[in-house]
Amino acid sequence: MPDSTTDTPAVSTNTGFLSAISQKQRGVSIELDGVSKVYPGQPEAAVDDFSMRIEPGELVMFVGPSGCGKTTTMKMINRIIEPSNGSIRIDGTDILSMDPNQLRRHIGYVIQQIGLFPHLTIAENIGVVPKLLGWSKSRIADRVDELLQTVQLDPEQFAKRYPKQLSGGQQQRAGVARALAADPPVMLMDEPFGATDPITREKLQAEFLRLQADIGKTIIFVTHDFDEAIKLGDRIAVLSDRSQIEQFDTPARILANPANEYVSSFIGQGAALKRLALIPLIDAPLRPAVDGAPQITLQDSLRDALNMLVLTGAAAVNVVDVDHRVCGSITNASISAVLNDAQPVAFAAEGTR
Amino acid sequence: MTSFDFGNAMTFLERRWEDILVLAGEHLFVVVIALAIALVTGVLLGLLVWNRATPRATAITAASVAITVPSLALLALLSPVLGLGWGPTIVALVFYSLLPIIRNTVVGLTEVPEHIMESAKAMGMSPRRILLTTQLPLAWPLILTGTRVAAQLGLGVAAIAAYVAGPGLGQYIFKGLSSLGSKNALNYALAGTVGIILLALLVDGAFVLISRYTTSRGLRA
Repeated sequence: MPDSTTDTPAVSTNTGFLSAISQKQRGVSIELDGVSKVYPGQPEAAVDDFSMRIEPGELVMFVGPSGCGKTTTMKMINRIIEPSNGSIRIDGTDILSMDPNQLRRHIGYVIQQIGLFPHLTIAENIGVVPKLLGWSKSRIADRVDELLQTVQLDPEQFAKRYPKQLSGGQQQRAGVARALAADPPVMLMDEPFGATDPITREKLQAEFLRLQADIGKTIIFVTHDFDEAIKLGDRIAVLSDRSQIEQFDTPARILANPANEYVSSFIGQGAALKRLALIPLIDAPLRPAVDGAPQITLQDSLRDALNMLVLTGAAAVNVVDVDHRVCGSITNASISAVLNDAQPVAFAAEGTR
Repeated sequence: MTSFDFGNAMTFLERRWEDILVLAGEHLFVVVIALAIALVTGVLLGLLVWNRATPRATAITAASVAITVPSLALLALLSPVLGLGWGPTIVALVFYSLLPIIRNTVVGLTEVPEHIMESAKAMGMSPRRILLTTQLPLAWPLILTGTRVAAQLGLGVAAIAAYVAGPGLGQYIFKGLSSLGSKNALNYALAGTVGIILLALLVDGAFVLISRYTTSRGLRA
């Protein structure tokens, strides 16, 4: 298209920074400082004085009810929504003074409705940003192949298809591939798995975690599903109205020690069980092995162990390593002890409810 | 009134076959030329006004008013300025074709789903690029539908244009009307009318093919 010249201004103050961060595909820091968004004609700010620092390679979950401003906050990072106040820095550089189109080509974006272009093939969809960045045709083709494999879509089968010929789950994978196309150091994800059925969602989440372990992007992931937040997040920001941060911590610490009633209500029932799911047996103190007890592997969580205890009715389960050597056993009492030792105060508080 | 005589009609057809084909060709040609002008103008206007409330309302209202002007009256108004023949015919045809094309262009560009617009923006596409590479292709099936409506409308209006000595099968219809009572009056009128109906079917078929070859496979039902 003839407007490629206007899309890539010859003189740009940001190209240096953008090419610098695009070398850092492993993630960069994001800092929001006193960021607010006030819509004209509305008495209350949608986002009020939001400050947060996100470490390179971190997967931060924004959790909160609908309308709390979590999506608005996220969308200010790629300037889909322009902040009214405050500053946002990526890798230490202020992004509000940049050309927004240039900036957005270096930030991956995945939304619930996916937003694949229906008139383009999957390969063309994935190639949109590389094309904007002026990559050669062969480089784009190679990248498309690589990405389709990364998201487990067979390039032979899917590259030439149109979005409507894919299932919801496949479309969402293509959406993730498209967001990763130019290997951006930052990804913004707005309830990406929210519209999929529970089985597909679980599968996509597991794949996404494996992918993130590989690529280590800095990711902001918006969800209203606290369980999804626990499952995926390195840290979770629990947000209330006007995007106020009620608590910002690791899943384990939020579960063990919710900052206030609001956070507790968000965690919902069964906080202890959710915590157990986060603790691998490797981190649990083991007791001597018991003859004839059922077995569970070291990679499983305390929740899996509890599940087996309840199912089998045994007093203990033996924990085995990958080579099937028995390392020790775990009992109801030792599971309780882990919960109590970790956060005695929180656990007591939870007991009184 | 003479009654319809089949044998007489066949003789008429046989004698004037070539003449009819030439008129049909002119009829089609003038409509296609006018459509091409209207398509380019209408889409350009649509691209200019789609996201600006006042110009958009003005363009659509103007085109809506235009279409309510009786074609005979419009031709009568045009011929003092443009003379007789092709000139006023093409102008009148463009005039009537614009409304369905502009309206469908504007609707098509506006109704691209919000999430697709947002994705395009979030990938760093400029508004102009989004308009040309995303909105326009997505609006294209609707624009074609508008053009198809304009084509059907145009084939009918072109018949009236014979009143100002415009080209096409309308000449036969008017000849039939002016020679009422003569042996071939009905034959002239019928040849013109049936000819236009056949052209309309032909053009509709052509649009099916055009739409097939110019619409992304991802958009076809």
